[in-house]
Amino acid sequence: MGPGGEMDRPGPRIALLRTCLVDLYRPSVAEAAGILLQRVGCLVTPVAAPACCGQPNYNSGDANGATKTAKQLIAALEPYDYVVVPAGSCAGMIRVHYPNLLADDGEWRHRAGDIAKKTFELTQFLTEIKPLPRTTGSWSGSVAYHDSCSCLRELGLKKAPRDLLCRIDGIDLRDIPDAESCCGFGGAFTVKFPDISGAMAQRKTGAIADTGAETLTSTDLGCLLHLAGKLRRDGQKVAVRHIAEILAGMMDIAPIETSEDEGRS
Amino acid sequence: MNTASSFHDRAAAALENPVLQQALGHARARFIDKREAAVKKLPEFDALRDRAIEIKDHVLAHLPFYLDHFARQVEASGGQVHWCDDADAARKKILDICQKANARTVAKGKTMVGEEIALNDFLQTHGIRPVETDLGEYLVQIRKETPSHIVAPALHITKEQAAADFRAHHRDRDPSRKLDHIADLLAEARSVLRQEFLQADVGITGANLLVAETGSTAIVTNEGNGDLSQSLPQVHIVLAGFEKLVPTLEDAAVILRLLARSATGQEASVYTSFSTGPRRGDDVDGPREFHVVLLDNGRSRLLGGEFQEMLRCIRCGACLNHCPVYQAIGGHAYGWVYPGPMGAVLTPTLNPSSDAATLPFASTLCGRCEDVCPMRIPLPRMLRALRHQAFARGLVKQPEKLTLATWSWVVKHRRLYRIMLAGMRPALRWKLVADLVPPLRSWRRQRALPVPQVKGQR
Repeated sequence: MGPGGEMDRPGPRIALLRTCLVDLYRPSVAEAAGILLQRVGCLVTPVAAPACCGQPNYNSGDANGATKTAKQLIAALEPYDYVVVPAGSCAGMIRVHYPNLLADDGEWRHRAGDIAKKTFELTQFLTEIKPLPRTTGSWSGSVAYHDSCSCLRELGLKKAPRDLLCRIDGIDLRDIPDAESCCGFGGAFTVKFPDISGAMAQRKTGAIADTGAETLTSTDLGCLLHLAGKLRRDGQKVAVRHIAEILAGMMDIAPIETSEDEGRS
Repeated sequence: MNTASSFHDRAAAALENPVLQQALGHARARFIDKREAAVKKLPEFDALRDRAIEIKDHVLAHLPFYLDHFARQVEASGGQVHWCDDADAARKKILDICQKANARTVAKGKTMVGEEIALNDFLQTHGIRPVETDLGEYLVQIRKETPSHIVAPALHITKEQAAADFRAHHRDRDPSRKLDHIADLLAEARSVLRQEFLQADVGITGANLLVAETGSTAIVTNEGNGDLSQSLPQVHIVLAGFEKLVPTLEDAAVILRLLARSATGQEASVYTSFSTGPRRGDDVDGPREFHVVLLDNGRSRLLGGEFQEMLRCIRCGACLNHCPVYQAIGGHAYGWVYPGPMGAVLTPTLNPSSDAATLPFASTLCGRCEDVCPMRIPLPRMLRALRHQAFARGLVKQPEKLTLATWSWVVKHRRLYRIMLAGMRPALRWKLVADLVPPLRSWRRQRALPVPQVKGQR
């Protein structure tokens, strides 16, 4: 049953692209996204296959592989009203790069353009299309929000995720200094150039430590896994969670764990 | 191109060099904050960018017309234009001009194109002594290094190192003199270089701009070394890539309003100097010969292709300053004249090699470079295009190719994908896997390895 007496009109049909990192590392992010989308009256269907937007191939130079994946994903997404992704980088891939990738490809150019228009990162959707109602639970403690580069530059999302967090009663939102600097994840970059990636992470975790925040959050799980790993290696106790989990009030879920957490070998 | 080592080796050395890291740290805040302040003070900054792009795109679309006009104007004012296809031709032409002038010493204003064609070594092997007059370039020269930044060539050198270099190199000075402050270093450099300016037979400068309307060349400096290099000697040679061309002086002004702000946060460089031909009639000074050496060296290959926008570059260095990779490893790691994001595009396109092919991959494609580029050059798009080229040419090796192919196949088959994940999740908790699988080992060099969430874990 949808909110506000909309019982007779079915909500928009959403294809939820869970993302490969969420599937592998943190399914609760997809669960949280589903909860939030239902809260605003949507009918949510997780995308079964393809499970990937093709970005790893695209950024590694394999344009052909990316194109094939993109076409299959576009076809899978077309029956839905909207596509929602709990990640800036995958949403950016579809919104910004699918039209470029298929620019010279006849009918696919238009199909890519259409899918791009109806694809949104989660916080973007919950701000621009189906605004999340005012009261969304409560949180106690300080939270530092990390801007992913795809949200900042591909999607133009800086205020929306912060606004959503600020609506939570009791939240103490902290700004990370030098927020425009990349954390150093960058997908395959992080394992191809691990020491440069680590140096970039060091700068970011130093800035995070300067906020004194107890929790770190972001729209992108890739950034969060990378930063959680660096924080833990440096002995920092900051809890790392995805923004969907905070917005859905999932306080009882353990934050991102690493193999070097206290009590682990 | 530094072919003795690989990008990976050079980057590793840079990350482990505490003096370099200190120098990079100082530079980072300086350039970024100052540029931001300058941009905030100028409400029309974005409108200027749009106008500058229009100007550059227009010139590139009508290159023969404007080059021809430029050359005619240079000749009309008593100068000569020399068209050089490649580095070899440019070096030989410059040597020829110097030899005809019986040059023994050449005063050099900062020119990255000079580095691109490796001019100094060439002149030296032919018995001509080039003296760098930009303080940063001078330091780099006496250390027998190459510049590490296109605007601040000695960015990688701390003032303590510079003082030590001066003490080692300027042996005729009082050893007990103080060289603690930058002002002391500048004063010493000035007095050393003053003699060089006065006895130089030829002055070689670059050009920030070539102006078709008047046949003028323009340089910007903070030290005035370019002016002394070009005004005192009998011969002035301007060395520039042809893409520095703009139609009119008005157009030049648009670019200049963007250049210093983007580079250092200054509203204008201390000196902005236009040269139009040699001395004329009643002039009491100025060179007797004015030469413009226009270099192609692969630039024309970019015209009409997916990298054409790279020819808009005004060499401000903003992309370097804001690039987190450049900030971590500095300029020498890039292996050639042009570092940072613009170098990661220019090196593979102008000076291709297998090491150059690595450069576009050494980026997270964060896009900050494109944000700050005054000419809105789509650097991430170009870096990605270079990756596609490298892949298509077979430069991406196994096991990466196989991993990518396997990945794109598995994600399309729901059951296979779920089986793969079901296998990977526990494996990521095994010490043996974390110790042996290469990407995981790479990860763990600097970070703890996250472990997958256990279902229903609360």
